[in-house]
Amino acid sequence: MKADPKGVLTGVHFMDGDHAACEGALAAGCRFAAGYPITPSTEVVERFASRIPLIGGVFIQLEDEIASSIAIQGAVWAGKKAMTVTSGPGLSLMMEHVGLAAITETPCVFVDVQRGGPSTGLPTLPAQGDMMQVKWGSHGDYEIIALSPNSPQECFDLMIKAFNLAEIYRAPVFFMMDEVVGHMTERVHIPEASAIEIVERRWTKKRPGEYRVYESGADLVPEMVKAGDAYRIHVTGLTHDEKGYPVMNAAAQGKMVQRLMDKIRLRKDELVDVRREALEGAEIVVVSFGITSRVAGRAIAEARRKGVKVGHLRLVVAWPFPSAVIQDLAKRVKAFVVPELNMGQMALEVERAAFGRAPVVSVPHAGGTVHEPQAILDKILEAAR
Amino acid sequence: MSEVLAENPVLSYLRQDRLPHIWCPGCGIGTTVNCFARALKESGLDMNKVVVVSGIGCTGRVAGYMNLDSFHTTHGRPIPFATGLKLANPELKVVVYSGDGDLSAIGGNHFVHAARRNMDIMVVCVTNFTYGMTGGQVAPTTPIGATQTTMPYGNFENPFNLPFLADACGAVYVARWTVFHVRQLARAMKEGLAKKGFVFIEALAPCPTLYSRRNKLGDGVDQLKYYKEKSAIKNGADTKEAALSFQGDIIVGKFVDRERPTWLDAMNRHYSNVFQGKYRPYGQPYGVSNAKD
Repeated sequence: MKADPKGVLTGVHFMDGDHAACEGALAAGCRFAAGYPITPSTEVVERFASRIPLIGGVFIQLEDEIASSIAIQGAVWAGKKAMTVTSGPGLSLMMEHVGLAAITETPCVFVDVQRGGPSTGLPTLPAQGDMMQVKWGSHGDYEIIALSPNSPQECFDLMIKAFNLAEIYRAPVFFMMDEVVGHMTERVHIPEASAIEIVERRWTKKRPGEYRVYESGADLVPEMVKAGDAYRIHVTGLTHDEKGYPVMNAAAQGKMVQRLMDKIRLRKDELVDVRREALEGAEIVVVSFGITSRVAGRAIAEARRKGVKVGHLRLVVAWPFPSAVIQDLAKRVKAFVVPELNMGQMALEVERAAFGRAPVVSVPHAGGTVHEPQAILDKILEAAR
Repeated sequence: MSEVLAENPVLSYLRQDRLPHIWCPGCGIGTTVNCFARALKESGLDMNKVVVVSGIGCTGRVAGYMNLDSFHTTHGRPIPFATGLKLANPELKVVVYSGDGDLSAIGGNHFVHAARRNMDIMVVCVTNFTYGMTGGQVAPTTPIGATQTTMPYGNFENPFNLPFLADACGAVYVARWTVFHVRQLARAMKEGLAKKGFVFIEALAPCPTLYSRRNKLGDGVDQLKYYKEKSAIKNGADTKEAALSFQGDIIVGKFVDRERPTWLDAMNRHYSNVFQGKYRPYGQPYGVSNAKD
């Protein structure tokens, strides 16, 4: 279906990434947001709070991130599309509810504008240090989806994709911005509503009595209903059967957890979204994401001037990780270079996928600013030697 | 063999395929559920529009036994989940049903803020003075002097007076009853279901397995006797005076019944002023038809 024009601010704007992310959410049909102030993400909800009254929806600033991350799930089960927005310390508080969204298969979007950590760290300065936390942060086994925009335009475009993926897979989706992407101001083109494709919730056509809340078909994603529709559903964070009823045994646990993993893992190929640049014949491939991809661009251009054949693989969807793409490249490249604003998180994934077939050179940075292009260039040249 | 003369009048309000329930013999939670089912029956509400939300713990299991749309959430967080439900669809009647530990310890912050905002939800708190599911640890409601596994020499921590807390934070309806007072409790729940705004109903209930046993208070019946002997009904009592003590006097009654605009009403009123005719009031309260849409 097409976007509801009420939420679409069609036109060309000069806008920062936080605001563009909010516009993306509104265009995607998000009509409920809950959040707690935290730098550098607050502008997303500030804009939502100012825009939503005349669009028709609700913003509520709650008492903390714990409340925000579960209020959105209540809103989803009442039929709305919903998001919460935060940064590192708030994300840490939300972790239990990431697990709740995963086990109850509640489609919702968590926006994380990353800043330096650990703890209060660097509230106003960038990092990309939450990449592993969103993958592994809540206890137990589950799968999530994470997107990584590198510009205000992508904050808009990919936010729509984030909401759509949440509905398709019924899983929590993370929108992994960083302070620079959030606060940089660039041209943002917002198309007509009729040009924006929106995925509606997978409402069941079954009648009450026939419908089972966690029964799924071939794609392993159950259909949904909302509270108030006479289905009398039970939804629990306990291990449950297809009826949604708690079942405390290993067989039910195995069946449920396996499906939560498989509904994403088995369709990983559909989820992979990478930008490939000059990978044909490349001897070095730089793997990057978010703001670091733009810094790496300069280092790559410089390396090429020095005669090194450098390709660039940018992760638009960071999770699930595009292992097959890396595996394939590992057979023919001399090395991977992985710059990121953390001490080497996604480099571990590249290393895992490369499986020793090509060395992986991490270019870590603790955050606070972006890399000096020279630091990335040095590693490219070193790897090419 | 006895003949079945009539069906239990509240059976259709329960998920019969989930019975028997997990609660211990003598536990008071089931009694509160019976009162709740009767209140639902008499409320005149459309049961397809009533949603029950629980947290974690023994009382947290209530959601799973009600034949309603029901959500069993995380520990301490049923109130913010309910807030999301209610704000996303104001047509729903949302009831939070949880225990004293869930609502006033780990969920205490959400409790005070939802009351402050006058969020339009009814909160039923079953107070059994202990963490039953985990084996009887000290709760924010445990009276001084009672022994619990994590207060093995007797509790020395000052407990909450929950009606006073709810009152101070702005709840529009505050009542306390015990599971001895089944008619009054059911009536309070019925009134609460009809009330708009943050409703707080505390139901004192025995936990014979952990609280009573560890404190040598006998079984569930002994606690009912205590409730009967030591309770004084004081409707309209100052909640400040309603603090509890170990096996001491219990003040029960309807303490608060007042009107305040709900969060959503305040939002709609405010934005109608700010944006004038451009603002379309958000949502429809319970019982208002959506026909014009």
